[in-house]
Amino acid sequence: MRIGVVTFPGSLDDGDAARAARIAGAEAVRLWHGDPDLHGVDAVVLPGGFSYGDYLRCGAIARFAPAMESVIDAARGGMPVLGICNGFQILCEAHLLPGALTRNQHLHFRNRDQYLRVESTETAWTNGFTPGQELLIPVKNGEGCYVADERTLDALVAEGRVVARYIRGNPNGSQRDIAAITNEAGNVVGIMPHPEHAVEALTGPSLDGLGFFTSVLRALAGAAAGGQHAGGQ
Amino acid sequence: MARVVVDVMLKPEILDPQGQAVANALPRLGVSDVTSVRIGRRIEIEFAGEADLERAREIADKLLANPVIEDFAVRLDAAAAEVA
Repeated sequence: MRIGVVTFPGSLDDGDAARAARIAGAEAVRLWHGDPDLHGVDAVVLPGGFSYGDYLRCGAIARFAPAMESVIDAARGGMPVLGICNGFQILCEAHLLPGALTRNQHLHFRNRDQYLRVESTETAWTNGFTPGQELLIPVKNGEGCYVADERTLDALVAEGRVVARYIRGNPNGSQRDIAAITNEAGNVVGIMPHPEHAVEALTGPSLDGLGFFTSVLRALAGAAAGGQHAGGQ
Repeated sequence: MARVVVDVMLKPEILDPQGQAVANALPRLGVSDVTSVRIGRRIEIEFAGEADLERAREIADKLLANPVIEDFAVRLDAAAAEVA
């Protein structure tokens, strides 16, 4: 399975995201923001960082990158896409996910290990977890406060599209403690904390982040097997 | 000069922590009669030919503002028009 990682000008965590994909057992494919060709990848990660210097709004300019045009089309067609931190902001700006990420309520940049609770295991990126499982992964953002109108928030909760919540302290003021959400189909997930930084004991607070990458491999394997099965009938 | 000004403001229901921080600093200047500060962004767009308000609106809607959290207003820059 090939997992693509898009590098934008100002991306920081593309190397770690590619490494996490490799540790999970995937082939990591580096994609360039200016290249609309996704090089036959099966899934895409939009990494953290400060794409285009976070000018205007975080993710606002990255959304129009040639690679993003292809990612948006592929995501609408069902390809698994994970946006981490700045990647989450880009997914919201691209309207693949509802709501927006705004300045942390307390105005401070937050960098710490953060506990999360998995709220949905129905997505391509979280199917390997158990519902209610607690994870410890790093959070590091200045604009991670998730906001949406009440109707959208109610719909996300009612439809089981809140993927993870902050527990033992909300680091940025996100409404309803939302740390991660998914689209209606469950193939697109945006998460503010950084699972790619929690895949090895040497550098991470846990190995909990690896589950996101092994989950997508499982989803892709299941889709491939399902496809063959359907084709055989 | 064909200049259009776009004002972008956070929607009233969206918390503006920057504005709050500024409001909280005002008493240190001896200002006690300000109840609220909200911070937005002013963007000036220069058109090569005639100012095109419709086009400016489109630019604002697609890129300059995020309609999920922000409102925007588009107007001709009268001062620039007079100079021209």
